[in-house]
Amino acid sequence: MDNKDYISVYFDDEDPMLQALRRLKENNLTIIDVLTPFPVHGIDKLLSVKRTRIPVGGFIFGALGGILAFWFMTWVFTVSYPLIIGGKPFFALPSFVPITFEMTVLFAGLSMAAGMFLRSKLKPDIRFKPADERITDNMFVIVIGSNANTTRESIRTVLSGISIIEIR
Amino acid sequence: MSIFQSSLRKPLIEGKKSYQEITSQILDPLVNKPIKLWYFAITLSGGAMLFGLLMMGWTIWQGIGTWGENRTVGWAFEISTFVWWIGIGHAGTFISAILLLFRQRWRNSINRSAEAMTLFAVICAALFPFIHLGRPLLTFFIFPYPNTRLLWVNFNSPLVWDVFAIATYFTISLVFWYVGLIPDIATLRDKLRKGLKKTVYNFLSFSWKGSARDWHRHEVTSIMLAAIATPLVLSVHSIVSMDFADSILPGWHTTIFPPYFVAGAIYSGFAMVLTLLIIARKLMNLEDFITVEHVESMNKILIATGSIVALAYITETFMSWYSGIEYEQYMLQNRMTGPYAWAYWIMIICNVGSAQLLWIKKLRRSLLFTFFISIVINIGMWFERFVIIVTSLHRDFLPSSWTMYKPTIVEYGLLIGTLGIFFTAFLLFIRVFPVISISEEKSILKTENALQVAKEIHHG
Repeated sequence: MDNKDYISVYFDDEDPMLQALRRLKENNLTIIDVLTPFPVHGIDKLLSVKRTRIPVGGFIFGALGGILAFWFMTWVFTVSYPLIIGGKPFFALPSFVPITFEMTVLFAGLSMAAGMFLRSKLKPDIRFKPADERITDNMFVIVIGSNANTTRESIRTVLSGISIIEIR
Repeated sequence: MSIFQSSLRKPLIEGKKSYQEITSQILDPLVNKPIKLWYFAITLSGGAMLFGLLMMGWTIWQGIGTWGENRTVGWAFEISTFVWWIGIGHAGTFISAILLLFRQRWRNSINRSAEAMTLFAVICAALFPFIHLGRPLLTFFIFPYPNTRLLWVNFNSPLVWDVFAIATYFTISLVFWYVGLIPDIATLRDKLRKGLKKTVYNFLSFSWKGSARDWHRHEVTSIMLAAIATPLVLSVHSIVSMDFADSILPGWHTTIFPPYFVAGAIYSGFAMVLTLLIIARKLMNLEDFITVEHVESMNKILIATGSIVALAYITETFMSWYSGIEYEQYMLQNRMTGPYAWAYWIMIICNVGSAQLLWIKKLRRSLLFTFFISIVINIGMWFERFVIIVTSLHRDFLPSSWTMYKPTIVEYGLLIGTLGIFFTAFLLFIRVFPVISISEEKSILKTENALQVAKEIHHG
């Protein structure tokens, strides 16, 4: 396993992990990914993760759902089958509000969840093998791109003084 | 990491745990065999469920003539139970969405089970329109679909709004619950060595690997779902209340119904969450995660919503007098002193009296008392719906058609049966999925441990 093009550094706490991340960045090392058991705040900035556009998608699809619902009800009651109900106007705007609202929420919610699954490439896969089974328990892993200059030894030197569990 | 926390706040996780301990303590009860009490509980609820399914089958086979409804009281037991279940289904998304937006950290140990409870309660509720139809095979008539009769559903009707509101509520709650569950299923997957169970959890975990970018999207999606679910929670029971408020019947035709129903829904929902959590923490050894602090926080919400409900009763009474309408006045007089007065006073005692007892700190922090009061509140909330529906209907505008309503065994069976379905589903859920959000507990662990240390220093 010596010919891998990446090196994983293991920590058992988020504080040394963040410290190491900062130091690796100062040394201009390529950080491929950070795997953690829970969302650690501060990683996003260090990895310069761009803010996701999922909420934008949610807004667009939510608006679409609302417009669709409103248009549909209007079409049903004014064009397709105008029916006098209790002497009220065909185009009864206030009573269209609840369903318009519900469909807005439904479309927005489903599209954002779908966005998360698609963007993170989350799919059911029974052959999936996690990089390490301890990651979902208590291990924080920084994956660093390696090359001729970046070896396990050089990373150990860079990270000297920080409590590391192991480097693979 | 610097921590700014009031020293007044008590830790939400007891026992200064490590990350590993959190994982194992939440998952061990899942991996190991259940305790005896669990088998006892599931036998009881399974029996109730079978009885209910039998009565449901009887209703569908024989028709709704097996119920006690008559020409005057056309809505009674089943609608009461339907509204009751929908109400109970409100606490879950309230806890996971509204308390997430308000950054209430105590929600972290209870949100998972509360969300599951929401889903099961909404399923129980959704059974009622289905069996109410008399011809369940024609259920699809309630959805707007192009048909040969060229007719559409009446979008002006609150009953149709209800279909949309409840369907949306269920879908969004399910998605929210599952999105939150994925990282924890991954933890469970990695905990299991091999076998069919591991394969199933591997499938369900959607190949979650815990990458920083995935966490970022996960967090943003969760908070956004919370943001849209918040108005949704409030809208669902508002719309349910409009099923009544949009009619012209004295006792139903009031503008306070939406806030009154929403407060009542959260009230009964929290009571049910307390009932379930006090059971779950015993069955699954979660005493360190679901602490007295959690119970006390929820009891405070019971005081708040219970007082809103009490205020609604007072407003209702005042308005019926102040309106000057004799039908309204008679309706309330009949409610308080008529043949169904016993139901009204059960409702007042259970709903108004009980929550006010929680002002006493000792009672609020007592698990046994909380368990007792949570059941009392739910009995009271069931009677609230019964009182609103039946007492308004049974003496209508035409005295010659005044009548009484008496539920039949089939109807009691439906109530017992849905309770059975609900508890069976919950008992199975706590055996199959992590009942506490592991990743969220880990994210607050540092703060809670620091508080624990502070507490120890404080107490010398």
